[in-house]
Amino acid sequence: MAKPMYDTPMLDQLESGPWPSFVTGLKRLAKDNDMMVDLMGQLETSYETRKGYWKGGTVGVIGYGGGIIPRFTELKGEDGKPKFPEAAEFHTLRVMPPPGMHYDTGTLRKFCDIWEKYGSGLIAFHGQSGDIMFQGCSTDNVQPAFDEINEMGFDLGGAGPAVRTGMSCVGAARCEQSCVDEGRTMRTLVNNALDDMHRPALPYKFKYKVSGCPNDCMNSVQRADLATIGTWRDDMKVDQGEVKAFVADKGRKYVIDNVITRCPTQALSLNDDDTLAVDNRNCVRCMHCINVMTKALSPGDDKGVTLLCGGKRTLKIGDLMGTVIVPFHKMESDEDFEWLEELATEILDFFAENALEHERTGEMIERIGLTNFLEGVGLEIDPNMIAQPRMNPYVRTDGWEEEAAKWNERQAAQ
Amino acid sequence: MAEAPRMPIESGVPEMDNYLHPVLKKNYGAWSWHERPRPGVLHHVAKSGDDIWTVRAGTQRQMDVYTIRKLADIADEFAEGHVRFTIRSNIEFMVSKESMVQPLIDKLNSEGFPIGGTGPSVSMVSHTQGWLHCDIPGTDASGAVKALMDELHTEFTSEEMPNRVHITTSCCQINCGGQGDIAINIQHTKPPKIDHTQVANVCERPSVVARCPVAAIRPAMVNGKPSLEVDEKKCICCGACFPPCPPMQINDPEHSKFAIWVGGKNSNARSKPTFHKLVAAGVPNNPPRWPEVSDVVLKILNAYKGDAKDWERIGEWAERIGWPRFFEKTGLPFTKYHIDNWRGSRNTLNASTHIRF
Repeated sequence: MAKPMYDTPMLDQLESGPWPSFVTGLKRLAKDNDMMVDLMGQLETSYETRKGYWKGGTVGVIGYGGGIIPRFTELKGEDGKPKFPEAAEFHTLRVMPPPGMHYDTGTLRKFCDIWEKYGSGLIAFHGQSGDIMFQGCSTDNVQPAFDEINEMGFDLGGAGPAVRTGMSCVGAARCEQSCVDEGRTMRTLVNNALDDMHRPALPYKFKYKVSGCPNDCMNSVQRADLATIGTWRDDMKVDQGEVKAFVADKGRKYVIDNVITRCPTQALSLNDDDTLAVDNRNCVRCMHCINVMTKALSPGDDKGVTLLCGGKRTLKIGDLMGTVIVPFHKMESDEDFEWLEELATEILDFFAENALEHERTGEMIERIGLTNFLEGVGLEIDPNMIAQPRMNPYVRTDGWEEEAAKWNERQAAQ
Repeated sequence: MAEAPRMPIESGVPEMDNYLHPVLKKNYGAWSWHERPRPGVLHHVAKSGDDIWTVRAGTQRQMDVYTIRKLADIADEFAEGHVRFTIRSNIEFMVSKESMVQPLIDKLNSEGFPIGGTGPSVSMVSHTQGWLHCDIPGTDASGAVKALMDELHTEFTSEEMPNRVHITTSCCQINCGGQGDIAINIQHTKPPKIDHTQVANVCERPSVVARCPVAAIRPAMVNGKPSLEVDEKKCICCGACFPPCPPMQINDPEHSKFAIWVGGKNSNARSKPTFHKLVAAGVPNNPPRWPEVSDVVLKILNAYKGDAKDWERIGEWAERIGWPRFFEKTGLPFTKYHIDNWRGSRNTLNASTHIRF
């Protein structure tokens, strides 16, 4: 039995309603766990005062410089002592899940046993970066908790100015739209950069995310420094028998309104015999028609990835999308994965050497210009990298002939 | 001599093979098509002819070990011992026999886990830590999300929206919750109050100065101590100075409000990816159930549900009907704060005579 619970009239109001309640979970833990009793005391105080009471600090495990999020309470009485002493230390261990966040129940149970023994018993599946978050641990228990999790085959994720935990979609494990082995791609990227993850020394965070198709379920374009998105370059596959069956089932109007006219490049046409005509040269692989007609349409066979660099949220200069730096590359052979590993290392090294403090890759590229970045990491320019050519005339073009010759040479070589 | 400390096994991201459902492992990279037989259930068919049914259930994300064990018990007894989580903290149970689907749904429902979040539904809100664990939160996350999902429960368990709706919440303007069809983010409305007694002790002043997007912070001596001062006319109240320097107190119980944004979309389907746009601000930060937030979100969702075409995301719908109509249909006021004045903002103005009457 733990110490008696505090009254929590505010939090109690979050126990009603149909959605599962985290408060009910906290209360269940608090029956046997003093840390949870005091955590609820502090959280209730936050609800009353509308203020947060945690500060960071330095807590780690031997051998690593990151991966633990230290939290010390700032909610103290006049005597300077914590008002809720059992939760005065409430650190989080960030732990990297397998790609696709798959688990067997035995693993989940082991996590629970470890966290019941060393921590608060509260685990978040998952944090916004994709970590399993073991929340609520005293400073003393961080090391033994990590040791047991680490012995299970799991490793700490990233925090601070470091390579962060990656994410990849369910992809090839269960999705027919997968155009790349997402798990292998993500592991290639992250596991090649573990030193920069576990020993934070970059200008700022660096994120890898992998989506198996342009639906980008991992939201990589908006938040990854290096987004790897599956795509294909041959014709998409059409099973005309299934197209006919779909039209017969849904009707011509539905198909015209929801498939044909929704194509962003008008690359689709419904034939008189209820088969589909596709202008594949103008298909931009947006995925819409494939999403609607899952049985009739699918990505082509010549699959690979598009790489986009520089996605991030607002601070400091404003939101930036990732933009194309590699329009297409095969991602099948060991050599393909080695190419990706080498390119990612180039980009990470360039970022480490050239970004200003607290600058993300997108901001760095904005500051130095895309062409300087590409030159720095050894990538050739490509018209797929732009939405449109420049509109302003403030540019020196005295190297034009040389640049045009380079382009012609590359075109001739293809 | 003391025993050498245990050094970490720097194993990185684990192989997924050990954790995969056997049918998923067998058919890795060889799936053929899928359908959604009912809300919350996916049916995937492999090229080999194998089937897998996935039952998706909502969770509270911050889970106690008893809840996790309960989910593991359900996975062992009513499924096949393997689960996965989605990016929005839904849990998925995979089963290889259709006959297992209904008993699994019944069990999950009886234990209080809603089934849904697939297709054109409102899925679980992706969110941040808030007062529970963050060092710089303006609000709570889990509580605000629980209150909102109580309101949206039937939109999670049905597929009656024009297209999927991804909602996010964030406890500060760093926006860890991310882009969303609807994003609910703390928006500070007053410059930081500076605790001048602490700045010299805990802040590296040049890096705080450098962090400000509008160069409103400069070093200053206050009461004989080195500190910082803020040009309050320039300050945009973003809170960027607070994480590196907690004495720059930006969180304010009264003046830290919520802003609501719509139209974020990461998918390339139909239109290119977009960022979300401001539609409402000044929404009070009102625990424990934040009713004013739910009110605005429901207004937007109801207008979208009633007016958008199938497959249109909220941002695509607003672009088609035009933003004046968006404000008309949602009943939200249009203010000068909706007109961007940051760099590049002229690109967001209407440089045409395209106007709907």
